Amino acid sequence: MLSKRIIACLDVRDGRVVKGINFEGLREAGDPAELARRYNVEGIDEIVILDVTATIEARQARAHTIAAVAREIFLPLCVGGGIRTEKDAVAAVEAGADKVSLNTAALRQPALITTLGNRYGSQAVVVAIDAKRQDGRFAVYARSGRAETPRDAIEWAREAADRGAGEILLTSIDRDGTKSGFDCALTAAVSSAVGIPVIASGGAGAFDHFADVFTDGRADAALAASIFHFNEHSVEALKNFLHGRGIPVRRPWHVAR
Amino acid sequence: MIALVDYGAGNLTSVRKALGAVGARFWTPTRASEIDGATGVIVPGVGHFGVTAALDDSWRAAILEAMERSVPLLGICVGMQWLFEGSTEAPDVPGLGVVHGCCRRLEPRGAANVGRPPVPLKIPHVGWNSLTFSRPTRLFAGVPDGAQVYFTHSYAAPLVSATAARTTYGAPFCAALEDGLVSGVQFHLEKSGDVGLLILRNWLAQVRVADDVHAL
Repeated sequence: MLSKRIIACLDVRDGRVVKGINFEGLREAGDPAELARRYNVEGIDEIVILDVTATIEARQARAHTIAAVAREIFLPLCVGGGIRTEKDAVAAVEAGADKVSLNTAALRQPALITTLGNRYGSQAVVVAIDAKRQDGRFAVYARSGRAETPRDAIEWAREAADRGAGEILLTSIDRDGTKSGFDCALTAAVSSAVGIPVIASGGAGAFDHFADVFTDGRADAALAASIFHFNEHSVEALKNFLHGRGIPVRRPWHVAR
Repeated sequence: MIALVDYGAGNLTSVRKALGAVGARFWTPTRASEIDGATGVIVPGVGHFGVTAALDDSWRAAILEAMERSVPLLGICVGMQWLFEGSTEAPDVPGLGVVHGCCRRLEPRGAANVGRPPVPLKIPHVGWNSLTFSRPTRLFAGVPDGAQVYFTHSYAAPLVSATAARTTYGAPFCAALEDGLVSGVQFHLEKSGDVGLLILRNWLAQVRVADDVHAL
């Protein structure tokens, strides 16, 4: 059976992992390669590197950070933040990314989804959507949650899938960094609307939150950052918990090391 | 020395990295004729089956000749699909045809939704899924039944007599094959953690045996 994926997100600025609350107030959490190595040992399924300041400061995701993380792991690696052009995406892939995540760039220039899908295959193109509850709908925000757009998250997810995205990385701005649980209603609405996998993000604070988003939220994967970075919980303990709840997860220490 | 065939189908960075990690010596031939000197051949691939059209008659002939010289061959993902006769993803592009059968699109038939009513399966099939072995093979020596590996694909090969491992996503498909010195994996062993590296080491052992035979 296909496992539900647990993905660790490394929000990187100036080569260091940082983490904020509601996209603000960043605090440092360590070296990206060291964290990736630890998560790999603990049984993480995938790593996402997001250069959280890249879009705003118009900077490309740092190739050396990507390469340093890629050296540590033999797992899927996704890179986002500052991927504005095909050239940026090529640089990330050549540094060792298996997938690139497009956010603001896809909103500005949706054709980039198709261009990259044709070049690397849909499986390499993730469209990241930052959504916020607003007037009874889920509004899409650009530029790391700073710029409201007229788009609706469900409609945008459908369009991204139609244009050739392989996965949707869906972040709840309301829940990001709050540890109050994933926005299951948002995740279920988007996951039911598209035929491609949806990664839920924003709000992970307890093991129950993951169980909820994999059942009620219909998520195919769940992404978290701070819950893992500060050694509050190990990936291994989380997976054992989910396994106990009947949710299929990969537990590599049970078969091979 | 292993020939890692680069025909422009995506990025070989992670395959190179995995080969380095298991101590394999390899190079990327720029012309089909260079395969003459190979003691192992890897055909990687991600994305669309249509890109395998770049493996033209000269590459096909060189790879078939290598097989006649008993050189182990490994196809990864689309590279494994290419070992079959073709794929409905690109009906005009023939596969190498060393394994009978044709690859088809996965069907989004209903799947369990962890205690909830079934929902249509997501396509592509992305993530870690388990292997069920059809029989003992060299490729999976030491790999426990049920081990999980990383998949990302929308098309899959049928179960055939060469199938070494199957995986179920809606329906069972050929996750890996082994037929003599021809091997293939639908999953990405280069992204499948320690299990993936073990499978790559197992394949490499075949190359080393072939090296020893050639040295005689």
